[in-house]
Amino acid sequence: MAATKPLHVTEETFEAEVLKSTVPAIVDFWAAWCGPCHMVAPILEEIAQEYDGRIKVCKLDVDANQSLAAKYGIRSIPSLLIFRDGSVVNQVIGAVPKAHLVKKIDEVLGA
Amino acid sequence: MSANSDVLIVGAGPAGLTAGLYASRAGLRVRCLEKMTAGGTAALTAKVENYPGFDEPISGFDLGQRMEKQARRFGLDIVSGSVDELAVKSNGFDVKTSGGVFAAEAVIVASGTRPVELGVPGEKEFRGRGVSYCATCDGPLFKNSKVAVVGGGDSALEEAAFLTRFCSRVYLIHRRDQFRAVKVLVERARANEKVTLVTHSVVQKIVGTEQGLEGVEVKDLESGSVKTLPVSGVFLYVGISPNTEFLSADTDTDEHGYVITDEEMRTSTKGLFAAGDVRKKSLRQISTAVGDGAVAAMSVVRFLEERESR
Repeated sequence: MAATKPLHVTEETFEAEVLKSTVPAIVDFWAAWCGPCHMVAPILEEIAQEYDGRIKVCKLDVDANQSLAAKYGIRSIPSLLIFRDGSVVNQVIGAVPKAHLVKKIDEVLGA
Repeated sequence: MSANSDVLIVGAGPAGLTAGLYASRAGLRVRCLEKMTAGGTAALTAKVENYPGFDEPISGFDLGQRMEKQARRFGLDIVSGSVDELAVKSNGFDVKTSGGVFAAEAVIVASGTRPVELGVPGEKEFRGRGVSYCATCDGPLFKNSKVAVVGGGDSALEEAAFLTRFCSRVYLIHRRDQFRAVKVLVERARANEKVTLVTHSVVQKIVGTEQGLEGVEVKDLESGSVKTLPVSGVFLYVGISPNTEFLSADTDTDEHGYVITDEEMRTSTKGLFAAGDVRKKSLRQISTAVGDGAVAAMSVVRFLEERESR
């Protein structure tokens, strides 16, 4: 089986993939110009595999999807928003070590 | 978990990666510990234009990636994790990290610096919601907006110029009249019609609502008058502080916490070396960090040889 990778979402697919996801979804608001975004990218790839089936890991390019970035008040990237049942239930702003991100995810999954 | 190496390097910025490159090529078993990713502070710089050899500007992130690739080619082992404590033993070190304990004969501290906070009301509240310490990361999210940059050094001036690419107005707030930054950067800022210099002034407060940041309250130190600049973002470049919390108190630092070394990058602790921005030095640049890294690596080589020959 191919390894589960982060899913790239857009303004068109956001509702179906994130808001209506059956499992919680973590969305990485990122952009190509952002160094720290590149820092968290490999961490998210690991999480996508380790949490396969429990959380959906998504990436949203804020450059190509400015209205969603504005809607969620993104003023710093990377911003990692965790959605459950269509609402933001937890978030991490800025590049953080993997352990910190895992803790935030576990808070949501454990709740 | 425990694993041994000849030398453990803390931090994979330009200093740590260069030390890793030199030590690996010298045949040592080298492990480099990095809490985020290669490149260090330099990875947050949009455009590096003073690192020799790159006649066209390169992004700090790309430069860091290339340094990492180069060091790995010679066998440098880079592992993810942060250091909690550096325990000095009679014959080496136990480096306690988030991913276990690593034993090493020698350690090179290349852990760099972090930005210091301004310490005004609103700063914490609006962090990530308008308050930023990285224009490269967040600047493009402020398209056609007014923003403020606080500081008077190279970083403040460079990033103010960078922000004019996206923002309609950049207020550069500095508490003195003179800038510490190099002349070319100051002249560029003065000539840029999107930059408004707000000198001899300090930020007293960052204000906003639930929706985000709405302005900065600035006090003119000469007239004493206070006004609010309407900005939706404020970028803080007011100084840096060394990442040395994990060091034992026995290792000499200066009054700001920067590690004191001799010309061979030796610290006051035997077997412990330091390189790059974390070191007490007069100029913190990629070019000086790589020099430190090379010297530190070769000092470690000599240190281990001398110890074996005894």
